[in-house]
Amino acid sequence: MTGYIVRRVMQAAGVLFGVSILVFLLIHVVPGDPVRLALGTRFDPETYEALRQRAGLDQPLIVQYFNWITSAATGDLGVSFRSGRPVTQMILGRLPATLSLAFGAIVVALVMSFTLGTIAALRQGSKIDHVATAISQFGISIPDFWMGILLILLFGLQLDLLPPSGYVSPLDDPWRFLQHLVMPAVTVGVVSGSILTRFVRSSVLEALGEDYTRTARSKGLRERTILVGHILRNALIPTITVTGLQLAYLLSGVVVIEVVFSWSGLGLLAYDAVLDRDYPVLQGAVLLFAVFFLLVNLIVDLLYSYVDPRIRY
Amino acid sequence: MSQTQTAAEVPDRSGDPVLEVRDLRVRFGTKRGTAEAVNGLHYDLYPGETLGIVGESGSGKSVSTLALMGLVPEPPGRVEGEVSFEGRNLLDNTEAQWRDVRGNDIAMIFQDPMTSLNPVLPIGRQVTEHMLLHLGMSQSEANDRAVELLERVGLSDARRRLDSYPHQLSGGMRQRVMIAIGLACKPKVLIADEPTTALDVTIQAQIVELVNDLQDEFEMGVIWISHDLGVVAGIADRVLVMYGGRVVEEAPVDELYADPSHPYTLGLLGSLPVLGRRDREELTAIPGLPPDPVDLPRGCTFRPRCPYQLDERCETERPPLRDVGPAHRSACFYQVPDQEEPGEAFDV
Amino acid sequence: MSGAATTHEAEAGAPPAVDTRPRWRQIADLLVSNRLALFALFVLGVVLLAGILGPSLAPYGVNERVGSIVDFRLRPPSLNHIFGTDELARDVFSRVLLGARASLVVGAVAVGIALTSGTLLGLVAGFYGGKIDDFIMRAMDVLFSFPAILMAIAVVAVLGPGLVNAMIAIGIVYIPIFARVTRGSVLSVRELVYVRAARSIGASDARLIRRHILPNVAAPIIVQTTISLAFAILSEAALSFLGLGVQPPAASWGRMLAEGRGFIQQAWWMAVFPGLSIFMTVLSFNLIGDALRDVLDPHQRSAIESQGLGV
Repeated sequence: MTGYIVRRVMQAAGVLFGVSILVFLLIHVVPGDPVRLALGTRFDPETYEALRQRAGLDQPLIVQYFNWITSAATGDLGVSFRSGRPVTQMILGRLPATLSLAFGAIVVALVMSFTLGTIAALRQGSKIDHVATAISQFGISIPDFWMGILLILLFGLQLDLLPPSGYVSPLDDPWRFLQHLVMPAVTVGVVSGSILTRFVRSSVLEALGEDYTRTARSKGLRERTILVGHILRNALIPTITVTGLQLAYLLSGVVVIEVVFSWSGLGLLAYDAVLDRDYPVLQGAVLLFAVFFLLVNLIVDLLYSYVDPRIRY
Repeated sequence: MSQTQTAAEVPDRSGDPVLEVRDLRVRFGTKRGTAEAVNGLHYDLYPGETLGIVGESGSGKSVSTLALMGLVPEPPGRVEGEVSFEGRNLLDNTEAQWRDVRGNDIAMIFQDPMTSLNPVLPIGRQVTEHMLLHLGMSQSEANDRAVELLERVGLSDARRRLDSYPHQLSGGMRQRVMIAIGLACKPKVLIADEPTTALDVTIQAQIVELVNDLQDEFEMGVIWISHDLGVVAGIADRVLVMYGGRVVEEAPVDELYADPSHPYTLGLLGSLPVLGRRDREELTAIPGLPPDPVDLPRGCTFRPRCPYQLDERCETERPPLRDVGPAHRSACFYQVPDQEEPGEAFDV
Repeated sequence: MSGAATTHEAEAGAPPAVDTRPRWRQIADLLVSNRLALFALFVLGVVLLAGILGPSLAPYGVNERVGSIVDFRLRPPSLNHIFGTDELARDVFSRVLLGARASLVVGAVAVGIALTSGTLLGLVAGFYGGKIDDFIMRAMDVLFSFPAILMAIAVVAVLGPGLVNAMIAIGIVYIPIFARVTRGSVLSVRELVYVRAARSIGASDARLIRRHILPNVAAPIIVQTTISLAFAILSEAALSFLGLGVQPPAASWGRMLAEGRGFIQQAWWMAVFPGLSIFMTVLSFNLIGDALRDVLDPHQRSAIESQGLGV
């Protein structure tokens, strides 16, 4: 078991190394001079030189990478080309917004997929099954930003039920934070939830046909006990892994939806950084998303071996 | 039902049967039409008795026993007839009543111990969960009983095994756990659906012996399903041979071996594994395929594969079960001319 | 449940029906018998037609005003302008029609990039195994660690916005999916008897791959291609929506949505019709992908389901 954890962490570290190289190169494959590009019309030789030196662009690539990665490891991601503020500080300021949106979306996705997927599997071939399948097919195919716009139009503007956009810190006003969270979380969650719904459905169907389910029936257990204690318990295992991998998809949605709902998180930060050609900020945001993804999947894999007793490495 | 028993060492059949099956029929709606899986099954099971049901896959042997536990999915399935347990027709049961029967009055152990145990739940929970339900035990009482049971079925270190998972046990041990699960609530009837097929020959013998011992101890009626007459010979008192959803021959076990009557039984015996040869495959010695339950042949269902076909009725009539000896019945026209008409008609 | 086992047993005696039709005919027939797939094919036919013949079908040009801005801006759908007009008095229907081309071209080229490089990497990784396999698949893990849109955004940030760069960006994003699907299929056939036999009689690697491996991995790749087309079109729309994809004066559905978003209260049609176009196109590709999978590869769960791979 310990051996497995060590190996799995090593593997994640290896991928993280690759990620860091890619993120690092981001700023260096830009055709032309990134600092000059970033400064644009506000060009001023003094700032220019200061930024170049701060970013270490005057040194050999290997040295630059080494400097960058050692600073990044200690939490220093450089300074913004635009505002001159430390990138780490900017990112940390945006992190709660993105994490709460991602978490809300995962909750929406899991609740949706387990309810819809389980009911559909139990009533396989029925009207409910077809409706659930149609909903998930629609959810997979709908552009999330379009759905966000439609939700804003309907609930934010026409019905005036929810605030159409913006982010309020839960520390300032928890209730308004939740109100603001609902629509973006649903938008991101429904898309991932639709994919998971199919997966839960097929997992439950598979478990329904398994011999151990027949054994459970032959013991005279209640349907509820069979469903929760035997079927879902088994269906949960593959679903956990897929949910982890779904995170890449979900985070993708987070980036776009943050823009649609002006939800001031990391995605919006990255987006603004692209428009501003503020490469250090973009680098930092991209790196953080990737680290988050790797971290969650590492946790999921370790969790997996805990939930599935068959796996003892 | 007539009580003409002659064979030796047959359990006491003078009391009341624990299970009376009358004209049991199971059908399935399929895309191609109605599959007639079980067509008029008829037998009694006495306490302490072991009834062997033998047939190829598709003969309806497993389905007929699932019907005894209300485990045939309806729809697409449909179960008709009568299954009396302690004087009550189980087929009138509501779902809640069925749950009281399953695992409590009638228990079942299945063919493949590798897949029949839930892989993600500890053994202890799987042995005890229906005790909590049916016997109203507390978890610690149930654990104690589970330890007793697991020791009884031959698992060493039973207390510690409660926390084990199925994958940590060998196939034979898992089947022992399955048996413990089956016995947990002291059922009056135990259905064993090919419980040794997936096991090694030596383990097979151990399991057969274990069930034999436990049967005496628990006074259970046992229905042992198999495609293998060899296994059944070692455990059954009486044997039903099923083909195409029907019983084609029924006899005390010794007599069936000594004097088989139906051509299909002859075929099965001819394909018994030779001593020393390991053979876990389905019986293939009889040429041809089992009948399609959606489209059963006219006349005798075995006719297309039958080497004799000596009666013109073979093609037009279903041969009824007739006495060919005391407590020995066979559904074939062929041997009828050789014998006197049976003196005692069966109440089919 | 006992259902599967019992029905299986009940039907065990059924003789298997032998289908004598040629394989392509079986597939075609099955697709046609699937009404959803038929509907999807119809929708895609319409979109394809718009993509090819758009300029000659559209009543107005991309940036042509139907009249003076004052009189004709933000007019709701009517007989003359069935999708209404936008804030610059342009005909939304014409723009939707003309936007089809961008979606299709970006989608197709991006998937083409991902398909060729991903399949090649997957083939090499699966066929040779060992260190090469490790290296390629870890590299794919690295690519896969970035949220797709963010990855595409970053690539566009480096290369600059525009149609071609959007294709490259989206193409890169999908390489890992094809590499994984291909590698998985290669692994499953690599040790099959006939492949080993071919190898033992000295068939060259290239010949082995061409004659024995590729035909066997074709089915999952075809299915993955169809589904990826759906997601690539979604990604293109998202990029254009963010202003990083197709640039004006060309029309694109994502871009139109972004413009419509600003007028959502006065002119819902500006956002609804382009969105609906994206949705229907993506839905159709997904439906066909599902139908193809059922026909070609009934045992495979969709790549989306089994690997959680999406955009």
